[in-house]
Amino acid sequence: MDNVKINKETIGFIPAVKTLSKSVREYKKPSLLAPLFVALEVVMECLIPFIMTLLLDKIKTISESGNTEFLIQVILKYGGVLLLLAFVSLACGVAAGKYCATASSGFAKNLRKDMFKRIQGFSFSNIDKFSTSSLVTRLTTDVTNVEMSYMMIVRTAIRAPFMLIFSLIMSFVINARMALIFLCTVPILAIGLTIITSKAMPLFQKIFPKYDALNESVQENIHGMRVVKSYVREDFEKEKFHKASDEVKKNFIKAEKLVAMNGPLMNFCIYTGLILIYIIGSMLIINYQEKVLKLAELQSFMSYSFQMLMSLMMLSMIMVMIIISIASAKRIAEVINEESSIVSPDNAITEINDGSIEFNNVCFKYSKTAEKYVLSDINLKINSGEIIGILGATGSSKTTLVNLIPRLYDADEGEVKVAGINVKEYDLTSLRNAVAVVLQKNQLFSGTLRENMQWGDKNASDDEIRHALSLAQIDSFELDKYVEQGGANFSGGQKQRLCIARALLKKPKILILDDSTSAVDTKTDALIRKSFREYIPKTTKIIIAQRVASIQDADKIVIMDNGKITAIGTHEDLVQNNKIYQELYYSQNKAGDQNG
Amino acid sequence: MARGMAMPRGKGGMKGGPRPKAKKGTMKRLLKFLFKTNGKLLSIVLVCLIISAIVSVSSSIFLENLIVQIGRGLNLGLDAVWNNLLTIFISMGCVYFAGILCSFIYTRLMAYITQKFLHEVRTDIFNKMQSLPIKFFDTHKTGDIMSTFTNDTDALRQLVSQSIPQLFSVSISIVTLLIIMFTSSIWLSLLIFVGVFVMFSVTKMVGGNSAKYFIRQQQSLALEEGYIEEIMHGQKVVKAFCHEDETINGFNDKNEQLFHDAEKAHAFANILGPIMNNLGNILYVLIAFVGGLLVFFKIPNLTVTGFQPLYIDGQLTFLATIMAFLPRSKQFAGNVNQISQQINSIIMGLAGASRLFDLMDQEPETDEGYVTLVRCNIADDGTITETEERTGHWAWKHPHKADGSITYTELKGDIQMFDVDFGYVPEKIVLHNVSLYAHPGQKIAFVGATGAGKTTITNLINRFYDIADGKIRYDGININKIKKSDLRRSLGIVLQDTNLFTGTVMENIRYGRLSATDEECIEAAKLAYADDFISRLPNGYNTMLTADGGNLSQGQRQLLSIARAAVKDAPVMILDEATSSIDTRTESLVQKGTDRLMQGRTVFVIAHRLSTVQNSDVIMVLDNGHIIERGSHKELIEKRGKYYQLYTGAFELE
Repeated sequence: MDNVKINKETIGFIPAVKTLSKSVREYKKPSLLAPLFVALEVVMECLIPFIMTLLLDKIKTISESGNTEFLIQVILKYGGVLLLLAFVSLACGVAAGKYCATASSGFAKNLRKDMFKRIQGFSFSNIDKFSTSSLVTRLTTDVTNVEMSYMMIVRTAIRAPFMLIFSLIMSFVINARMALIFLCTVPILAIGLTIITSKAMPLFQKIFPKYDALNESVQENIHGMRVVKSYVREDFEKEKFHKASDEVKKNFIKAEKLVAMNGPLMNFCIYTGLILIYIIGSMLIINYQEKVLKLAELQSFMSYSFQMLMSLMMLSMIMVMIIISIASAKRIAEVINEESSIVSPDNAITEINDGSIEFNNVCFKYSKTAEKYVLSDINLKINSGEIIGILGATGSSKTTLVNLIPRLYDADEGEVKVAGINVKEYDLTSLRNAVAVVLQKNQLFSGTLRENMQWGDKNASDDEIRHALSLAQIDSFELDKYVEQGGANFSGGQKQRLCIARALLKKPKILILDDSTSAVDTKTDALIRKSFREYIPKTTKIIIAQRVASIQDADKIVIMDNGKITAIGTHEDLVQNNKIYQELYYSQNKAGDQNG
Repeated sequence: MARGMAMPRGKGGMKGGPRPKAKKGTMKRLLKFLFKTNGKLLSIVLVCLIISAIVSVSSSIFLENLIVQIGRGLNLGLDAVWNNLLTIFISMGCVYFAGILCSFIYTRLMAYITQKFLHEVRTDIFNKMQSLPIKFFDTHKTGDIMSTFTNDTDALRQLVSQSIPQLFSVSISIVTLLIIMFTSSIWLSLLIFVGVFVMFSVTKMVGGNSAKYFIRQQQSLALEEGYIEEIMHGQKVVKAFCHEDETINGFNDKNEQLFHDAEKAHAFANILGPIMNNLGNILYVLIAFVGGLLVFFKIPNLTVTGFQPLYIDGQLTFLATIMAFLPRSKQFAGNVNQISQQINSIIMGLAGASRLFDLMDQEPETDEGYVTLVRCNIADDGTITETEERTGHWAWKHPHKADGSITYTELKGDIQMFDVDFGYVPEKIVLHNVSLYAHPGQKIAFVGATGAGKTTITNLINRFYDIADGKIRYDGININKIKKSDLRRSLGIVLQDTNLFTGTVMENIRYGRLSATDEECIEAAKLAYADDFISRLPNGYNTMLTADGGNLSQGQRQLLSIARAAVKDAPVMILDEATSSIDTRTESLVQKGTDRLMQGRTVFVIAHRLSTVQNSDVIMVLDNGHIIERGSHKELIEKRGKYYQLYTGAFELE
């Protein structure tokens, strides 16, 4: 879904990590305690084989001497120490596991929180830059990726090197000469793993987009199944999918076969190490009559050898995890670092005096790189309390024009003024509270009808809400009625009227209706406009409509075409002089003519 | 393993809500499926797995021999035992070499088998999906179906490539170890059994809790995702109403819940390893202790061959047994630990496999049709002969079973419905007694509120759904007798939801007829009034469309899908709200084009906007599944009924 692969390299790895690390906050303590307990656990895990060796050695001595008197004593002594170590190790392991879970889930929580807060502060040009679906992916999948590798880092990234080093130390303590064997097997494995990983990673990175594309094509098919079946393209799609899936398969096999070398390589190092330990060990033991190396110590060498090589394997694994999550980390950092392009100025004006609006030579485009302006040379003056109608074909930028008034976007050139003051000088909240927009897409939110209405005014009483609903000609519903997501349990016309009521509750200075009565029948539409005139005469009303009837009685009608205002006038003016208006008017009013 | 985590997470996934447990017999079916296509390779893998498992266990046997020889060597000197030692080393080398070779072979083979298997599973369910009736897609969420392709196949990969081989090899190790241990001491082996029992109980408890919270985590993640999507899609409203703070608070509540569940889920998963590990250590001490007690109280050792004396030749042999037993117990515990680490992915993999099988078991769309569509020549006297050439004429080929004869009927696009009843579920009839006659060249329009049954009628004509009662005839043939693919080939459908596919603009138009030339596609685009905006795209007709044409406006997408239908050049066209997002002026231009194209053919139009249907030959007003008015625009206006009310705006649609 994330088709906006923007600013791929706008942020480096280090700055991304720095940005993300700010979100650790209250989880610093578990983030530090977890590795500490991990380290302790590792120490225990390395001491345990050592003590086990001692125990075995003592048992052996007793068995040779035949003196079993002290056997129980010895077992109790060393067994007691072992039990103690095991319990400490258990406690450390459990503590590490818990702190680690808290640290990583908490970190993920803060990341989501910070991102969401950031996004709420974004302007629309910020959101357009990322695209909504990409932001959702960043909030979910990317955070999960980072969460997993954070857990890995906190736990394994400490554990593995620590285990490696401590095992090496312990084996040197037991016998330095034997320990030299590890200095030969460990580098072999390390080099081997590095080669395999570095060769396999680019392969994987090449596959992931293909795999994503494969899944996207599945989604496309599910969504478009009616089209596939209507055009009898089942076999065509099967063929296409089979090819793509086969391609993914081939690439995966290539990469996985490389990664599959890890296991045999590991086995090779373990077994080689074992044979060397046994050969050199047995010679040392026999030649020096157990003075240099004891028989039982051979076993602890086995354990350490295994632990060392395992920790190398873990390291190579987390390297892969980290490499994969770097991309996610960067994408999250991009969101957190993004500065909102629209913010309130210092010393902002919080008082909006009236509902007059002025556009002076306004030009606008959605992206800086776009060649064509979406709005150009807009000049328009609206007096407080006027009713303004805006007409124009799809894509003539009517919505864009009104979006500039509450500063959902900023004009690139020229200025937009409300009550004689440039909108950029107002406090954003005050400005948007004074300008109510009823959008083309009627968005209600899951919750009760009352809760939805209180978006307009937090403190609105039930009476006030009912009044607003009656102005919008929709007062037949209980305020406790539950609104499903997107208002799915209301018809289009009802939703539009509810949205109008919600906007009215703001008691705005300027009310903008963006094609928001299209599904309402003409009679009700007229009633709504009548109540506007009667109850909010001082509010400036801007009505964008497809139906000429909806704006016929406006003080001014603005005709837009291709991002420009082509005509401004009253119904009488335009019906005589404007071709577009005439076409629209007559095409929509034939019935009226027929019925005289 | 790295492979397990390296996969990108499915985007459609994670939204399926709670996932039920795997059905019984899933493992068996999975293995059957796996062996069916990869039987030979898998048997090689099995042999290799067995060998390498035995090799890994054999270390302790070598060690035991080695200790004996070293013991002798300590008394007799290195030279005396050197040959024996050498034999041990060489045999170790050989056995280990075999072990490495086997692990090399089976890991590579498994990489190949896993990917091949996943490819097979993917294509199988994709093919299956293509064969399913529209009803399936109407009754299942996209996210849920997607989840089978992404989450479930990912879980399956983990299961097949990691868990199953590991489970198998660990089981062999465990069995081998058990045999070795029983031959050395039954008393101590019994102790091992107690230990294993405890370890499995702990796995069940801790692992069960972990799984419980993982499911909760998925649920709260789905909730949070739902919230994010709802808010993000209404972001304009949030901004316009300065509702950012309330939104953030709402988000934080859900985020906190997710944190809570995730923390628990991970904590339980994380502590399982240390617990199992140290249970192994405790078991080790216990065995040493019990062994010591046995020696102390002079209880003779019991092996499978009977009681053994404690002393042989004055040597306390049982102590040597204990010494060999202890490392084995550690190895044993390590193996059990490995199984417990796989428990999560086994549970999830089996649940995934179970859902995959559910999808594979869905009933495909049935088709008993035998009347097919063929190209034909029509002679002056009206006789029709079948031909391979492109003549521009089509005919229905109707074989009669009774006498083996074949009749040909010219494809004209004459559609009749007689007393049709239909309900998506038997209990709720949505169409009552619908009859209509559409003759070639006519334009038939359906008007009515949402849910009145307009789209349902078209769903019946192309047999996305089958009627409950009544009859539909196409050129006089009962449509149940027509092969579905041929029936649909004769219908051009433009839907309100455009659904374009990843590819160039040209490829998307050509979707209508794969054999169409570039010129024909451009011609169709011109007809649909789409050429204008297409030529203004950065790469014109070669512009790539992604994510359902996300870079186009809804209106532009509709123009494209009209062009796609135009290139198909079918005798019957169904336009279901095909121009709903196109402004009225452009719409009239598009209409001129399609009217020209559809001259002499049958067109069904469904529209919400009355201006769209005004010039139709017959307009049917639908209300609650009944046709309540029918006639031309003029007739209906004169009738002053429901249509008149709609038209004059006295009545609200939707």
